Amino acid sequence: MTPVLSRRDLLAAGGLVVAFSLRSAPGDAAEQGSGPHPAGPTVPMGSLKETPLLDAWIRVAPDGHVTVFTGKAELGQGLKTALLQVAAEQLDMNPEWIALVTADTARTADEGFTAGSHSMQDSGTAILNAAAQVRGLLRDAAAVEFGVPADTLSIADGMVRAADGRSIGYGPLAAKLDLHVEATPGRPLKDPATYRLMGTPMPRVDIPGKLTGGASYVQDIRLPGMLHARAIRQPSVGAKLLEFDTGPVERMPGVVKVVREGSYLAVVADKEWHAIKAMRALTAAARWQETATLPDEATVLDMIRQLPARDIPVLTWKAAAAAPVKQLRARYTRPYVMHGSIGPSCAVAQFVDGTMTVWTHTQGVYPLRSALASLLRLPPEQVRCIHVEGSGCYGHNGADDVAGDAALIARSMPGRAVRVQWMREQEHTSEPYGCAMIAEVEGAVDADGRIVDWDYGVWSNTHNRRPNVGGLMLQNAALPEPLPVPPPAPIPMPEGGGERNSNPLYALPNARVVSHFIPRMPMRVSALRSLGAYLNVFAIESFMDELAEAAGVDPVTFRLRHLQDDRARAVIQLAADKFGWSGARTPGEGRGFAFARYKNLGAYCAVALTLRVEHETGQIRLGRVVAAVDSGQAINPDGIRNQIEGAIIQSASWTLYEAVHFDHRRILSRDWSGYPIMRFPAVPESVSVHIVPRPGEPFLGTGEAGQGPTAAAIANALRDATGARLRDVPFTAPKVKAAVGV
Amino acid sequence: MIRLTVNGNVHEVDVEPDTPLLYVLRDELALNGAKFGCGLGQCGACTVMVDGQAVFACLTPVALLLDRNIRTIEGLGINPVQRAFIDEQAAQCGYCIAGMVMRAQALLERNPHPTELEIRDHMSVNLCRCGTHMRILAAVRRAAVAMGSASVVQP
Repeated sequence: MTPVLSRRDLLAAGGLVVAFSLRSAPGDAAEQGSGPHPAGPTVPMGSLKETPLLDAWIRVAPDGHVTVFTGKAELGQGLKTALLQVAAEQLDMNPEWIALVTADTARTADEGFTAGSHSMQDSGTAILNAAAQVRGLLRDAAAVEFGVPADTLSIADGMVRAADGRSIGYGPLAAKLDLHVEATPGRPLKDPATYRLMGTPMPRVDIPGKLTGGASYVQDIRLPGMLHARAIRQPSVGAKLLEFDTGPVERMPGVVKVVREGSYLAVVADKEWHAIKAMRALTAAARWQETATLPDEATVLDMIRQLPARDIPVLTWKAAAAAPVKQLRARYTRPYVMHGSIGPSCAVAQFVDGTMTVWTHTQGVYPLRSALASLLRLPPEQVRCIHVEGSGCYGHNGADDVAGDAALIARSMPGRAVRVQWMREQEHTSEPYGCAMIAEVEGAVDADGRIVDWDYGVWSNTHNRRPNVGGLMLQNAALPEPLPVPPPAPIPMPEGGGERNSNPLYALPNARVVSHFIPRMPMRVSALRSLGAYLNVFAIESFMDELAEAAGVDPVTFRLRHLQDDRARAVIQLAADKFGWSGARTPGEGRGFAFARYKNLGAYCAVALTLRVEHETGQIRLGRVVAAVDSGQAINPDGIRNQIEGAIIQSASWTLYEAVHFDHRRILSRDWSGYPIMRFPAVPESVSVHIVPRPGEPFLGTGEAGQGPTAAAIANALRDATGARLRDVPFTAPKVKAAVGV
Repeated sequence: MIRLTVNGNVHEVDVEPDTPLLYVLRDELALNGAKFGCGLGQCGACTVMVDGQAVFACLTPVALLLDRNIRTIEGLGINPVQRAFIDEQAAQCGYCIAGMVMRAQALLERNPHPTELEIRDHMSVNLCRCGTHMRILAAVRRAAVAMGSASVVQP
């Protein structure tokens, strides 16, 4: 019998240690090559750093089937497909032979949140390395089996072949291997020039099921004996539930139970429609004591600007520069914005023998497990969170809180599975919003049209109130014994929260950037796609155009003049070329350009677009949109295009239409009529996305790269089309009409 | 008991007459395609076809649907519209997509050669939050071509 080989044995038997071309330091990312590189902690391993055991990521069954595990979640961004491509590429297998298990506290690594465009850097890089190492171990095991040098073997389609024609599958080889070993930094990856799958468009594995009525979402879960429940939300922050008679509702058809704990109120029924009717009856019957806790919508930005702030220096650059000849100053703002998922949040929970199992579309199964455990006063090991897809979330929406509803209600119905889906008005009024923000900037250009000074401040609440303790759950304040609520905290740079992308990528001789972190939150806020980057990039890229205009320089030329990063320059040039920036203009049409590198660490994205303004209404009509993106090594290029197209449309919707409305007590944006978003007649005439190929370079993520540039490109095009410079998002038709005049 | 014809099959369902079709499809018949989005007829996630027309399943009580021909995405089989959505990879999260397909199907059965404006106008009822609109429009155009060519080859 062949002994089980350890990694150490294999390395001693001649495992070649060669570097792979992924590096962690962003500054040297443009450097090419994959020559010898000392193994060490500086080599990026993604989430293998925290979870180094290979079998936490990849297992090979005796029949040769491979299962890949990721702690990240499919949010509609195409994660599953991209991770399968990575694993199949490095394992030399058909992706169809690989099963993928996504975030589940009982089965997968703790990879925190699926957020911040980190999935490919964290999980993609981990699986890339783990798969390459497993492939290496399998090959080395085959070398021992056949008694030939490993480098004489070839691998294809999950089989290892010797030069003499003998072959063996991964299954029998894996049976001789122990994959419960730590990954080794510095093991070789395949040469990017040989990639068959990574970098090639692959149809998304989840799309066919979604187009044929397959059970694709947590909303589609049907467990035996499952009950349906609805919560009756507090109508306003801090509202206190007064005594009222729940008897009539308890006697309604199908009603199983009314749950009441302090000001927390919910109803359980046999069928969903019965639960909804009972919820409506309870909503009508319940009496609340409300107080006015919300700010004045008309003046909320000025109020935020004046709240006590903790000043966090982001950067200070000082160098000799020519004398300024023109100085500008401007203020840019955005209001509270909704995630606005099309499918209201949903969860299913079941409490069996003291253990709570929750099927959830949270972005972080492990943090949610901690939060639910503390909310329910259970030990964390008695809570299991399993990710199941939901409607797109775009950040911290109602996903976690509806899991809190399901778990609280399921606890009162031991043994029974309970499904809770929020109603539309609950989603609109209860989700944590993307926070209102202000940026103020002063800048100066010299006689040669170069920026000589830059002074930038941004005012924002936190962008992260994702729950990891019960005190951060929506239900906490309604329960009789609320848990302590942790104080809000800033997200430190280099990623940043409100200050994300407040540091310009431009090479400026003198610059000061300060983040004014405001602890007091007039409104419940948390992470919304791209966090502060949307407002900061909108502000910086609008102001770049304002300075370019003051200097009398073409805005694309002006940007290139202030950029030393070659990859940034390449993306800008590609977008300008594909757009035809230097070509002929169409009368009546405005054009705008903007660029950013997300977080100055992630993907590079430039957007050029055209628009027209209907002078009778002030309505902006988007024309041609052209984007260029550098996401590092592309896995699924069509997935990257899909994400950037989505970022452009979603950002255009934020920029043209969106603001949460409220009075002093309640949220008034209760449905899609009170919170309009972009509909088909208003989408651009065309959107095209061009990818800069970067084989072998680190993954940079994609999902949040396009939002900021799109907003600024619209503002710049509006200025170009009409002469009006708008600095306060959204650019609603009445606002544009007032600014343009008729 | 209420008799309903869904995708050509007759079902007897034990629900109150005011029950919206959506809950009968999802909870009684275990059909996943139609989704709850707003319950208000503002988003189209629940769109199904009744006698060839796109309707909001979330607003339509089953009592109004006796002897009507109800179609959901499960009843299409793999047809040109679904094929076109797959070919265009016209989904991100996909929650809105079944409703998009059913609304597009209703358009193309009535008007096999819609203009771009007609497509945008017809689809305006349905919301997508991921920003997949350009691909959805491309899929509807592609489906129109596929269905048009099919009618050419079939005399």
